[in-house]
Amino acid sequence: MPTPFNLELSRRELLVSSAATVALAGAAGGARAADRGEESLNRSTEVSFEVNGEAKRLDLDNRTTLLDALREHLHLTGTKKGCDHGQCGACTVLVDGRRINSCLTLAVMHEGDKITTIEGLGQPGSLHPMQAAFVKYDGFQCGYCTPGQICSSVAVLEEIRADIPSHVTQDLNTPAAITSAEIRERMSGNICRCGAYSNILDAITEVAGVPA
Amino acid sequence: MRAFSYERATSVEAAAKAAARNPEAKFIAGGTNILDLMKLEIEQPSHLIDVNGLGLDTIEKTSDGGLRIGAFVRNTDLAANETVRRDYALLSRALVAGASGQLRNKATTAGNLLQRTRCPYFYDPNQPCNKRQPGSGCSAIGGFTRQLGVVGVSDACIATHPSDMAVAMRALDAVVETTGATGEKRAIPIADLHRLPGDTPHIETVLERGELITGVVLPKPAGGKHIYRKVRDRASYAFALVSVGAVVHPDGTGSIAIGGIAPKPWRIEAAESELPKGARTASAILLADARPTEHNRFKVDLVERTLGAVLAEARG
Ligand SMILES: Cc1cc2nc3c(=O)[nH]c(=O)nc-3n(C[C@H](O)[C@H](O)[C@H](O)COP(=O)(O)OP(=O)(O)OC[C@H]3O[C@@H](n4cnc5c(N)ncnc54)[C@H](O)[C@@H]3O)c2cc1C
Ligand code: SF4
Repeated sequence: MPTPFNLELSRRELLVSSAATVALAGAAGGARAADRGEESLNRSTEVSFEVNGEAKRLDLDNRTTLLDALREHLHLTGTKKGCDHGQCGACTVLVDGRRINSCLTLAVMHEGDKITTIEGLGQPGSLHPMQAAFVKYDGFQCGYCTPGQICSSVAVLEEIRADIPSHVTQDLNTPAAITSAEIRERMSGNICRCGAYSNILDAITEVAGVPA
Repeated sequence: MRAFSYERATSVEAAAKAAARNPEAKFIAGGTNILDLMKLEIEQPSHLIDVNGLGLDTIEKTSDGGLRIGAFVRNTDLAANETVRRDYALLSRALVAGASGQLRNKATTAGNLLQRTRCPYFYDPNQPCNKRQPGSGCSAIGGFTRQLGVVGVSDACIATHPSDMAVAMRALDAVVETTGATGEKRAIPIADLHRLPGDTPHIETVLERGELITGVVLPKPAGGKHIYRKVRDRASYAFALVSVGAVVHPDGTGSIAIGGIAPKPWRIEAAESELPKGARTASAILLADARPTEHNRFKVDLVERTLGAVLAEARG
């Protein structure tokens, strides 16, 4: 029966050994590329983009996702890492006004882009109407998915206004209306494990200005 | 994720050349499939060529009344395009039935065609998989196969192609345009783009190393009723168990492609002349060579019933 002390040790050992594996893999990767005489061994790239209205310039390991750049390099931890595979929507941010999963895109692919995170939508004291509505309607319980839900909601209303059809749009040749069926379908890429969906729908519906 | 070098391609020719030079290079478009797989080290490119700066993001009429869709038109923009909604509604319907709003904003025409299977064993690097590691065996055969293929499959692999968009494009007789490493251009009918697995399931398409998809051309509108019906485990945001993409004409004939059952959008033209006789006759032809497993035998019935529902809707 392992004591807590042993447990601690083995966890440390594990950390040490996995760090070593990473270092080894890195070296092997470099050698592989060098063998082929590849001209550009750039493992990092400079990128400039705007986040919440501020110009940022970063030199990032190419592997850095936009999500990790926001959280780990710019310390904007409002955007959340859920599944890290594009399935849960917690990492949703707006890029040039469109919602995307920031976990499935590389930061270095965003040269010149304008990125808006939950922090850029509004701040305490000057909340975005969607943020205020989520508070008013209790559109969350644990709150982990909420930044993604709110970014997505803001974009969903824009997408309907921009005449982008959805799976539940009855007639493709008439613009979709803002209905609860449309909102539900369009929000399906944002999972809420607490199940606050009905309150989320109420919040979005109020901001959309239509009866639920 | 393995480390890789990164470049932003500045021309189609340069991108194709760069990809041909290095066998471990890959293009990245929307990134929504390749990055997912790189995180799991199922894809391990040592070099990524970002093709997003190449343009190829417009939708234009062709001289003979068809439509040319740029390789990097986002799925959202393609679904929302006025001409597509009016004349190729099947394509809009298939696109909005796939993935989520966020993913469709990134996903591109080319990337969607070339997305890889969702076979759960392909996604689990601890399990043998001939597609991921040639010669290692197929864990799906004899495993849990509810989502997997029933037709066009082989003893080496029974995976399906997961794209909804490709099913619509198959029913619409799309042609995929490419540029190769030495600048040569090809026009590949979508029927020929994806290979059946045979004993080399890791070779999924007829594209050669470095060959870049530049666009997809649709022939001039065929008229008829356009229907895409997707059957899945939940009402939204799930891959198809079975889907039917159909263009049905007033005389009851039409073109039909099926998704969720095969390594490529499944279409057998001989079934289409039998459409007026009903779903049973047509699906018997479509699935004549089916070899379902115990877990996915239900797909055989589901194809017939989904097709029946589509034909009823078309009669309206
Ligand atoms: C949670 C989730 C749910 C999903 N649900 C669905 C669904 O229900 N239905 C559905 O159809 N899809 C679904 N998808 C898949 C999604 O549609 C694909 O990930 C997307 O279409 C891929 O496009 P991309 O541009 O992001 O491709 P990328 O990831 O950039 O590229 C995919 C592949 O294509 C290659 N490539 C890209 N461009 C070119 C080119 N021009 N020439 C040659 N090769 C190229 C890349 O090298 C790579 O191998 C889902 C994905 C996720 C993550
Ligand atoms: S069905 Fe194909 S993809 Fe799935 S485990 Fe077998 S070989 Fe791999």
